[in-house]
Amino acid sequence: MTAIAIRNGHLIDPAAGVDAAKDILLKDGRVAEIAGPGKLKMANGAEVLDATGLTIAPGLIDIHVHLREPGQGYKETIASGTAAAAAGGFTSVAAMPNTTPVNDSPEITRWMQAPERGASARVFPIAAATRGSRGEAVNDFAALKSAGAVAVTDDGRPILKDSVMREVLSAAARTGLCVIQHAEDTRITQGASMNLGPVSFKLGLRGMPAEAESQIVERDIRLVTELRDARAHLHVAHTSTAAAVAAVRQARRNGLRITCEVAPHHFLLTEEHVGFYNTHAKMNPPLRSAADRDAMIEGILDGVVDAIATDHAPHAAHEKEVEFEQAPNGITGLETALGLSIQWLHKEWKMPLGRILSLLSAQPAALLGLKNRGTLTIGSYADVVVFDPRAEWTYRATDSKSKAKNTPFDGWTMRGKIRWTISEGRLVYTGA
Amino acid sequence: MNVAAAVRRPLHPPPVPASPFPYHPGSLLSIMDLTVEGVSHILERATALEDMDPLKRDDILAKRRIALLFYESSTRTRTSFELAAKSLGADTTLVSNLSSSIEKGESLKDTGLTLRALGAEAIILRHNSSGAAWLLEESTHLPVLNAGDGMHEHPTQALLDLRTILTHLRDGATHVTPETLAGVTVTITGDILHSRVARSNMLLLPRLGAKVILCGPKELLPEIAIGAGPGIEIERDFEAALRRSEVIMMLRIQAERLAGLQLDLQEYKTSYQLTGQRLAALAPQAKVLHPGPIIRGMEITAGVADGAQSCILEQVTNGVAIRMAVVERALLSAQQGARA
Repeated sequence: MTAIAIRNGHLIDPAAGVDAAKDILLKDGRVAEIAGPGKLKMANGAEVLDATGLTIAPGLIDIHVHLREPGQGYKETIASGTAAAAAGGFTSVAAMPNTTPVNDSPEITRWMQAPERGASARVFPIAAATRGSRGEAVNDFAALKSAGAVAVTDDGRPILKDSVMREVLSAAARTGLCVIQHAEDTRITQGASMNLGPVSFKLGLRGMPAEAESQIVERDIRLVTELRDARAHLHVAHTSTAAAVAAVRQARRNGLRITCEVAPHHFLLTEEHVGFYNTHAKMNPPLRSAADRDAMIEGILDGVVDAIATDHAPHAAHEKEVEFEQAPNGITGLETALGLSIQWLHKEWKMPLGRILSLLSAQPAALLGLKNRGTLTIGSYADVVVFDPRAEWTYRATDSKSKAKNTPFDGWTMRGKIRWTISEGRLVYTGA
Repeated sequence: MNVAAAVRRPLHPPPVPASPFPYHPGSLLSIMDLTVEGVSHILERATALEDMDPLKRDDILAKRRIALLFYESSTRTRTSFELAAKSLGADTTLVSNLSSSIEKGESLKDTGLTLRALGAEAIILRHNSSGAAWLLEESTHLPVLNAGDGMHEHPTQALLDLRTILTHLRDGATHVTPETLAGVTVTITGDILHSRVARSNMLLLPRLGAKVILCGPKELLPEIAIGAGPGIEIERDFEAALRRSEVIMMLRIQAERLAGLQLDLQEYKTSYQLTGQRLAALAPQAKVLHPGPIIRGMEITAGVADGAQSCILEQVTNGVAIRMAVVERALLSAQQGARA
């Protein structure tokens, strides 16, 4: 494997506490050397990337994506989804199991990671917690883990039964896996297609109450409390309500192992962005009130949020060009996460760039136990993103590497332009 | 870092983009598409067209093509739109979900494009899904007239209700201003949650100075309704609302949209049925409106429906005049060139 030397850039590696001008040498898929500008000793023969004026950071890690394979390749493939990931600076993505069939077996878990999938980023499957994600029979977590699964979830089909969720949490704790819950009490969201509030009333749409999320989070926290001795780890996916963030914050103060993620659309948009039935603003959990959105920003700034995750959910164009209530949930997100985070969290709301990068790499790696990722110390995987943190650009959905174009951020101004993405030493994306 | 201070500092979040709708100036998707002046224009044209010699009127849209696309059954709205379009000389064609390729799974977008390819110059859409009219307009860029979309809006109903109210309370005035209905209280009673008629009326009437009282039980009238717009209040006590009302608009309970909602109908009738006794005692001068279909003995007694204060059939008649004006607007705005 060829070596790559990245010279003259500014390295930010939050996990290692580095924020300085550094050159970095990648060899055999690993970080081989880090030195001051011009000081690399082993770079002979390496391909040189000149990163003058650019930031070098650990490749980004998205712990919540839908790659649609197996079974829904018309929406996205592992190849196209990870190409979009690479274009967005991501070198690792954790893929949700709501495929066709549901990924509830070691076979599918292995299939998703096979080289034949043509992935441009490392794919970490998240396996179904229960058989077929039907919320009844708990899967064999040890077998799934040895096949490569990094967590378990029934994403999109929340586990409602207390007894099943308790069993899932304790089995996962025994196996050393984290349980990811899509927190939604589907018994009170039937037929609903957006957040419940004045806007849903005005639009004549049935709404999902905020309690549908927070009540499941509270129930899960109660179960984790009961399983305290087992050190069960619950991760709340795509947190969207003030009450859910408050519940996580309190649980953490109580010393519980509870983490949460927030998607860019939930810290940027509100139910008002649905406009007149824009299906590119339809996802689950839905865009919430301004107060909820502000609580997401607050949670990110004050540290209760552990990760920014996109919930990248590609759909074919014709699936979204339908009546709002009929449209499937979800938007793409891999190519816009960094640009939106820098534009809004950093430039507008003054969050240090290093903390944003941590939420997009070091913390998600720690959360899922991805060893030697999310940091660029010697011996770590050569997962690197090099970007211009000051460059402004406009996102065009038509230019997306994803098969899908269902984004509410088409035409938005982004800040932070990806120059190179390197996955395990392989140059997988070169930006203009 | 002082986190609390960082959070309390005002955050300027991304703005909500301006709506691109309506794409076509002839469209009527929401009652909010019309300015007060635009409402006046429709009222004036409704009267002018109604008074016109039918043979002359026949030339206005002679041989123009209008499609009626109906995904829900309808008596009043469909017939009056059809009569209105035909009175102006237009050719109309009706496509209903039960006897078309919609049954075979054709999407709304494709159905709209097909109608356009067949020469339709405007589409009148009734659909069971909220927002369908917006999707159709975006897909076809034709003038689209919203004849009721799910639980959302029914703008021509609000206009014909307004015409009915003006006939009785303002001598049939056709020119309206933000003060025209000052001092008038309109109570809308019943299944507000599922009612597109209620939504269009509660958005229109306050803009002309009226006070709108929404009345009904919590299951059919959630508190969030108050946020729909200015000039709206909620009164759960029907009799208290009646005492204050010049106009009483009754609504049918939409059994087809209850979606598992449990409602004690006997209790509902006890609290909210408009009876002759209540009307005589509490609102002897008020006008009674109902968009239909009425369920006699449910939300309204037969005596009240047929009584002297009832304007229910007048509303139906006004529907034709209003829809003539709206159909004319759809096609004549088109001649001045679409915006998109």
